[in-house]
Amino acid sequence: MSKARIMSGNEAVVEGALVAGVRFFGGYPITPSSEIAEVLSRLLPQVGGKFIQMEDELSSVGAIVGASLAGIKSMTATSGPGFSLMQENMGLAFMAEVPCVIVDVQRGGPSTGLPTKVSQSDVMQVRWGRHGDQNVIALVPSSVRESFDLIIDCVNLAEEYRMPVVLLLDEVISHMREKVILPEKDEIKVIERKKPPKGQEKYFPYEITEDAIPPMANFGEGYRYHVTGLTHDETGFPTSDPEKINQVMRRLYQKIEKHKEEIIKVEEKYTEDAEIAIFAYGSVARSAYSAVKEAREKGIKVGLMRPIILWPFPYKKVSDLANKVKRIIVPEMNMGQIIAEVKKVSFGKVKVEGVNRIDGELITPSEIMAKIEEVS
Amino acid sequence: MAKSLEYIRLDKFPHVWCPGCGIGIVMGSIIRAVDKMEINKNDVVMVSGIGCSGRMPGYCDFNTLHTTHGRALSFATGIKLANPKFKVITVMGDGDALAIGGNHLIHAARRNIDILAIIINNWIYGMTGGQYSPTTPLGSFATTAPYGQVEPPFDVLKLIKGSGASYIARGTVYHIRELDKLISGGLQKKGFAVVEVISQCPTSFGRRNKMGSAVEMMKRQKEETVPVKKAEKMSKEELKGKIVRGLFLDEERDEYTERYEKLIAKAKEVHQK
Amino acid sequence: MSGEKVKLKGIEWKRYGPLLLNREWCKGCGICVAFCPKNVLKIGEDSKVFVDKEEDCTSCTLCELRCPDFAILVER
Repeated sequence: MSKARIMSGNEAVVEGALVAGVRFFGGYPITPSSEIAEVLSRLLPQVGGKFIQMEDELSSVGAIVGASLAGIKSMTATSGPGFSLMQENMGLAFMAEVPCVIVDVQRGGPSTGLPTKVSQSDVMQVRWGRHGDQNVIALVPSSVRESFDLIIDCVNLAEEYRMPVVLLLDEVISHMREKVILPEKDEIKVIERKKPPKGQEKYFPYEITEDAIPPMANFGEGYRYHVTGLTHDETGFPTSDPEKINQVMRRLYQKIEKHKEEIIKVEEKYTEDAEIAIFAYGSVARSAYSAVKEAREKGIKVGLMRPIILWPFPYKKVSDLANKVKRIIVPEMNMGQIIAEVKKVSFGKVKVEGVNRIDGELITPSEIMAKIEEVS
Repeated sequence: MAKSLEYIRLDKFPHVWCPGCGIGIVMGSIIRAVDKMEINKNDVVMVSGIGCSGRMPGYCDFNTLHTTHGRALSFATGIKLANPKFKVITVMGDGDALAIGGNHLIHAARRNIDILAIIINNWIYGMTGGQYSPTTPLGSFATTAPYGQVEPPFDVLKLIKGSGASYIARGTVYHIRELDKLISGGLQKKGFAVVEVISQCPTSFGRRNKMGSAVEMMKRQKEETVPVKKAEKMSKEELKGKIVRGLFLDEERDEYTERYEKLIAKAKEVHQK
Repeated sequence: MSGEKVKLKGIEWKRYGPLLLNREWCKGCGICVAFCPKNVLKIGEDSKVFVDKEEDCTSCTLCELRCPDFAILVER
């Protein structure tokens, strides 16, 4: 077992990324994510990796997608305003199915908003920030240690599913320093992208496979294939044939749809006998857990459901929860974004109420407790 | 002869470009430059943005990447830095490279990263139907300049020179043998190389500005340009209305990915201490 | 023989002296015709290139170099 260390969420992200095999970072400075870039600019070249500070966030995603096509695991880090700019080339990464990781340390918005204050403002931007249909994967850690674990999961998921994967950090997690004991390297699973079988002559980069995840050759490996943001057929070349478009775009959507039960990760505490459930993610889940414990001490049957992976959204699990509780409370540091997803599958079953803050301050356990008492 | 056929994706031909469009001519010139250097096709990456020029990689038998509008150089930067063994060629149009991608262009030049950047300048946004671009000459007509262009154009080469780069040239598709030399020189250059190629868009620029057919537009390239050596001896008055072509800069400067390799060596040394 | 069919890389070409034409790819822009120093080429009624005076061709390759459609090859 490793020694206990004190580190911030941003530092944990760096440690985890390096363990997961990230060897390329292209980014643009922005509070509250900049420490990730700073530390990686020092550590990456020590392991033969590359760090580049690009001219903006558009080019940051361009650079990491390029590096990934060249066969190097790549990532960037940003915050809300930068994340907005990244949507363009993230769209290309979804369409062209290029693995990469984007860390978004969320802050208040819209616009420049609250650069140094906590918020959960991008939980829907990550889902719907780009035009067109695509399923996304986004992870939401609640602690420094979990930031380490989940950035590794992000890199692995990106490689496994050939797509951009987003780590959504709350500012408070990124800057908070906690005692952590990190696992040994041999305890950590690292996934590499699925390659076309050796010696295969013809390669279709967007082949329709049973698992809906086409193998990925890197540039320079001899296949000389074409990559485009245009809607393309299995060969990678643009197509305007409605039948092909339908087939290929549905396969892209199915890639996650088919595997969502394997991807979805939810933690539940005291939900077995709960009459009131709290659905909370990120740092808010910590306040929620404190409130749950306090309520239990007072004899109120409250439970917590915490998505560790926010997208794909655990609709089935929330639906099951809505079947057995009398009330669901969704505290979040926005005006109510994820609550709409909870309501989608709770409609007609149970009343869903929010606890919301948008003033750059944390939602405290007592605020959640007050809501519990109000509804119990 | 027939060498070009070894470098094109034959099943994608004939290509999408309009009759007389110069982009195909530029593509031929790039292919000859690659062939001359005898680079393995597996080690060549061609990257483009959006617009008519953006379609070129689809026709070339390299590792090819058709990106978003203006961003070709940012993807190319990632590819080159991740694996410097690649010979990276970006192909952009004037709107692509100088309007939406202007920032990436000047920063790629500043870093002096070993990428050949071809800017095909046909003075207009062709694919979207003839809107004015940052190179559209004052007074020219475009679908968004129905009274004539009121914005002055960029001088592309001055812009690049002010930003960095190791190699700067301007050619035309009419002066094809000269263009072959300029593109080949740029491809061989270690560092950021820019070749601006003056080309014709008979459909969206020529027609609207009553310049005649592709042939007529190419004749203008002959009549309205002067070689850089000749231009040096010409007065300001004589140069009015003329475009100077040829090799403008060919310098040995430290290249970015090589500098980064040195940085890695240094970082490893510090780490071991 | 003039107009003889030749297959190159699976594509059909027609040979006229040193010139090989692919009229499937030709879009009839006339660039090769206008700038041929010996006026060897012409555009036909079908708006595509044809070889008018193959005996005058000097194999200078300017038509091949300037053809935007890769529709002409010159043997040297």
